[in-house]
Amino acid sequence: MAVTIDPIEQFELKPLVSLGHIGHQQLAFTQSALYMFAAVGVIALITIVATASRSVVPGRMQSLAEIFYEFMADTLHQATGDGGKRFMPLVFSLFMFVLVLNLFGMIPYAFAVTSHLIVTFGLAALVISVVVIYGVMKHGSHFFGLFVPSGVPKPLLAILVPIEIISFISRPISLSVRLFANMLAGHIAMKIFAFFVVQLLLAGAWSVLSPLPLFLTIALTALEFLVAALQAYVFATLTAIYLNDALHPGH
Amino acid sequence: MAQSNPTTTPPPGADTQIVPGHTEHTEAHSGAFPPFESSGFLAQLIWLALAFGLLYYLMDKVALPRIQAILHARAERLRADLDQAQAMKSEADAAGIAYETALRDAQGKARDIAQATRNDLAAEADAKRKALESELNTKLSSAEATIRTRTEAAMGNVRSIAGEAASAIVERLTGQAPDQATLERALDATAH
Repeated sequence: MAVTIDPIEQFELKPLVSLGHIGHQQLAFTQSALYMFAAVGVIALITIVATASRSVVPGRMQSLAEIFYEFMADTLHQATGDGGKRFMPLVFSLFMFVLVLNLFGMIPYAFAVTSHLIVTFGLAALVISVVVIYGVMKHGSHFFGLFVPSGVPKPLLAILVPIEIISFISRPISLSVRLFANMLAGHIAMKIFAFFVVQLLLAGAWSVLSPLPLFLTIALTALEFLVAALQAYVFATLTAIYLNDALHPGH
Repeated sequence: MAQSNPTTTPPPGADTQIVPGHTEHTEAHSGAFPPFESSGFLAQLIWLALAFGLLYYLMDKVALPRIQAILHARAERLRADLDQAQAMKSEADAAGIAYETALRDAQGKARDIAQATRNDLAAEADAKRKALESELNTKLSSAEATIRTRTEAAMGNVRSIAGEAASAIVERLTGQAPDQATLERALDATAH
């Protein structure tokens, strides 16, 4: 008897409630949607239920909410200065959402929502839309000065402006692919190394080697916890930096 | 997805061989790598928008204002407590200084009283001593006067006794009593 593994199978969407089709598109309440709402529930539990008593001396959960709040408020303030306060709900929501979804992915047999490019792209597109819409609303055409570096001789601008525009357009792509690729690669690697343990155990004398991939899997799991938190932080920090462009397009 | 599932997912625990091409084959069969399976994109975006929209609403309207209020209230409370502590400390300092002053005053007063008492006692003792001394001096001088008169009387008696003794000795030696004038001269000569 042999075992088979498909490291990709963990990323499949499983419709829980099918709601029909629009053309090629399947409308279904999938496990991915369930995890998203579960994440909203967990975040609400930490930030709303745990803070309901409004204790001056906080309990553990309220402390957690306060730590996240202060951490994100600091990050946002460092990137955008005082003007960025209005984006706190956006940056905080993004950070918590990505963090909780990444950590959900670390639960065995759970589904990592952020390993789907369309989800991370949706979040990145939201960020860039906010940057562009807010920038144009606040600064009008002056916002497009973002693409014109100051103090550069005119002939050079012909080269630099297209580069700046390409760099701006690539932001939502890099923002979404960074998160997606990290989660996808990490989960595939964990699955494959974990499967090596099983394969070696079933390979007769070779089974003495099976602790090696086991230790690797343990190390990878620790690394993936780090990546889960780090990528949420990176996503939120980059969001704050991009929002700074909308607030201060001159720089 | 739903229509491809029966062909792609082997029943769990089934006796299947490791076939290197197996996963590749099913992937090719189902059309795409699941994260790139475009038929699920619209639904995922809709659920994402709903979930994230709900989260944003909750954070914006409930969670963040509340956490902000908690942090603000705590900062206020800390400041108020620190101010109060500062006020109490300065009060305590003032009380300490007042105590020190009172203590110093009391010590000074006590020293003054002790000094005055000591002076009074010394003066009294002095007066008593002087009175005693003068009394003793008086007694001494009167005693000395008495001694002098007695001595003089005694000395007068000595002269007559010496005169008598001398005339008796001379009478025995010469058989003749010396005359009074000679005796007086001899007495005067020996007295000097």
